[in-house]
Amino acid sequence: MSRACQAYIAGVYEHPTRKAVDKTIPQLHAEVALGALRDAGLTKDDVDGYFCAGDAPGLGGLSMAEYMGLDVIYTDTTDTGGSSYVVHVGHAVEAIAAGRCSVALVTLAGRPRAEGVTTLGVRDYGGALPDLGFEKPYGPAITNLYAMAAMRHMHEFGTTSEQLAWIKVAASHHAQHNEHAMLRDVVTVDDVVNSPMIADPLHRLDCCVISDGGGALVIVNPEIAKTVGDRCVKILGRGEAIKHLNAGQVDLTFTGAAKSGPIAFANAGVTPADIDYVSIYDSFTITVLETLEDLGFCEKGRGGTFVADGNLISGVGKLPFNSDGGGLCNNHPGNRGGMTKVIEATRQLRGEAHPAVQVADCTLALAHGTGGNIATRMGSATVILGSNDA
Amino acid sequence: MTRIERSYPEPSINLETERYWQAAKDGVLLLKKCNDCGKTHFYPRAICPHCLGGDTEWYEASGRGRIYTYSVMRRAATPYAIAYVTLDEGVTMMTNIVECDLDGIEIGQEVEVTFRATEGDQALPVFRPVSS
Repeated sequence: MSRACQAYIAGVYEHPTRKAVDKTIPQLHAEVALGALRDAGLTKDDVDGYFCAGDAPGLGGLSMAEYMGLDVIYTDTTDTGGSSYVVHVGHAVEAIAAGRCSVALVTLAGRPRAEGVTTLGVRDYGGALPDLGFEKPYGPAITNLYAMAAMRHMHEFGTTSEQLAWIKVAASHHAQHNEHAMLRDVVTVDDVVNSPMIADPLHRLDCCVISDGGGALVIVNPEIAKTVGDRCVKILGRGEAIKHLNAGQVDLTFTGAAKSGPIAFANAGVTPADIDYVSIYDSFTITVLETLEDLGFCEKGRGGTFVADGNLISGVGKLPFNSDGGGLCNNHPGNRGGMTKVIEATRQLRGEAHPAVQVADCTLALAHGTGGNIATRMGSATVILGSNDA
Repeated sequence: MTRIERSYPEPSINLETERYWQAAKDGVLLLKKCNDCGKTHFYPRAICPHCLGGDTEWYEASGRGRIYTYSVMRRAATPYAIAYVTLDEGVTMMTNIVECDLDGIEIGQEVEVTFRATEGDQALPVFRPVSS
């Protein structure tokens, strides 16, 4: 069938570096921009819309537009953390549909590894935050916050560390085929649960990698998509939502995907059963488990059973996920994993994923981003993508 | 218990929250409720997040609650337990669990507020298990 859509992903690029000691952040932005434009067969002079988030130095996108010599009439610098670039896909569709721009460039770059960032420290988002005094003194490092979500999920639904481990196992099965992945060794459930405990119940192998690099997307209107050809991927639906601590009425067993998912599915006119491949934000194993439930791939509380026994492994299970190895094994550039989720979903729909992980007849894919933190406040974004003949 | 605890960083205090922190120095946990909608919220604000009403009022909390969830940070120089505690007043707050065996903490456990001096001259509400 031929589904209607208002905008297409024409170009994607994931920077091959995972440690960028010899490059600046603006330089990485420019390198990924060039990569995605070449992938689309376009040049920087075709770009009239620029999208970036808080990883881009300077006020909004001003400095990066100048650095790259862009001449743009539309900009969107929405920052919801690691999900920003999934949000940008949706916003680019709306801007293109409204005729505000015709070629949108989205870039992400970061070098936390070169700068020695760890997930053990407490991240500081600035002194004027209203929540700061009520959280920072208690030592909310990234890992122990996600761990509190996992602990509660285990308590309410009987989820086990072994079930969470299957998510890492699946990612590692995919990463072995990715020459750029940081962690290419296939791991077992035992390897995960016997790795050092970081913050109960999350072990070292429940956590994503810290990596440098970045990625870019080029999103175009239907007329330009025709000139680019059949490697263009359809953007069929998008949804976004913010979830927070809700004035102290706290529930850590679900994420903002419970809202962004249904909006995206309705927008695309499809259901979870129609989806051939998913890219799910995987800062930690628990992030994937809660998100899959919230998106409707299984019932709330049944995520542990759903992900077990290889169900997420391409060619083995029913719902192949993160076939590049995801943030858990491949890449989590700038501590922001949304960009690579869209890139791998695009590869799958083009039939350009590694042959060992390519999903046969991949027609519909979902990419989901979770920014911020699932145990405090998060920005969630879901997009439904289709192959050129979807 | 004589277990060594990590040192507690200074809280960030502003115009909306200085009374909360002054009370903490006096060993009192304050909450805020809205006189328009009657609901308590956390963290305390000048403007009620339930209804955006501006008539919010401080009151003294019971200081009792139950652990909603927790995690022991094993990789810190001095391991510590971060938690969310649901107070008897119905709101849930981030905190630390102290004066206990870190391996014996349980969700649902009854806890009560106590206070710790911070690295400066402030006091921080934390919680300890209620001895049965």
